[in-house]
Amino acid sequence: MRSPLRIGPHSFESRLLLGTGKFPDFDIQRKAVEVSKTEILTFAIRRMNVFEPTQPNFLESLDLNKYTLLPNTAGASTAEEAVRIARLAKASELCDMIKVEVIGDAKTLLPDPLETYRACEILLDEGFIVLPYISDDVILARRLQELGVHAVMPGASPIGTGLGLLNPHHLTFIIEQATVPVIVDAGIGTPSDAAKAMELGADAVLLNTAVSGAKDPIKMAEAMKWAVEAGRLGYEAGRIPMKRYASASSPLEGMST
Amino acid sequence: MKLIINGDSIEFSEEQNHIYQLLCHLQMEQRIVIVELNGSIIAKQAYETTLLSDGDRIEIVHFVGGG
Repeated sequence: MRSPLRIGPHSFESRLLLGTGKFPDFDIQRKAVEVSKTEILTFAIRRMNVFEPTQPNFLESLDLNKYTLLPNTAGASTAEEAVRIARLAKASELCDMIKVEVIGDAKTLLPDPLETYRACEILLDEGFIVLPYISDDVILARRLQELGVHAVMPGASPIGTGLGLLNPHHLTFIIEQATVPVIVDAGIGTPSDAAKAMELGADAVLLNTAVSGAKDPIKMAEAMKWAVEAGRLGYEAGRIPMKRYASASSPLEGMST
Repeated sequence: MKLIINGDSIEFSEEQNHIYQLLCHLQMEQRIVIVELNGSIIAKQAYETTLLSDGDRIEIVHFVGGG
């Protein structure tokens, strides 16, 4: 029996969270989302183009009974900006989860830990299900879970780089002490990156560009589904210890001479 | 009256002065949007009762692709 992913009051079969940015077109995106078997989709909140009200919108084309929305606070660089975006998202009455993303540096897009913490504090008070995007800092992860966040989302590497798990050792520090789900977010480039994160014991993986920017996003979405599942199964199965020297898989006795 | 909608100044009739009427005018009443009036979020249930007045700043936002 596979264990579900539980975030606050929500429960999910899939451990792959998919971003919705930068897909070539809605048709490819819809198919990619479908084959990924994801149940959680992230979105950003932006101004509507009031001069072009008929422009198609991906969210409006979705069966919202099938997906849980995880809006982000991307674009915020202070706690106040993040809180405002979160409130706007919740006012849609379509979601109660929020990915707190407070960027501290335009070049690396690394999160500002202090503003992130402050935003989480306010949003928890207001009853949000709070999932902060953070660096791979175990102390910050612990402080946030003590504060009451519902998951922590350490980055594997900077957003959109596809560099994979730059510091798996630090990710394991976070995973080992976690009392809430650990969702490895950002920087995943390949299915093996996603599988590796899951093998380390991450509860889920959130990725976007690795799929939307792939030569064939639909194929990559399916690859990511298998990778996350394989990595999770491998983690639950428990890997063998590593040894320096060989040990034969075939019996040493009974050789025919 | 003049409204500042998403940063743009737009002329709007004095008679139709509720948020819901504004959304209809913009052909957005069926869309998934969130409305902020002078910095306060307006609940959907209040669209038909919230009055607009000259110089109001309105933000109309929606969900777009993002990671």
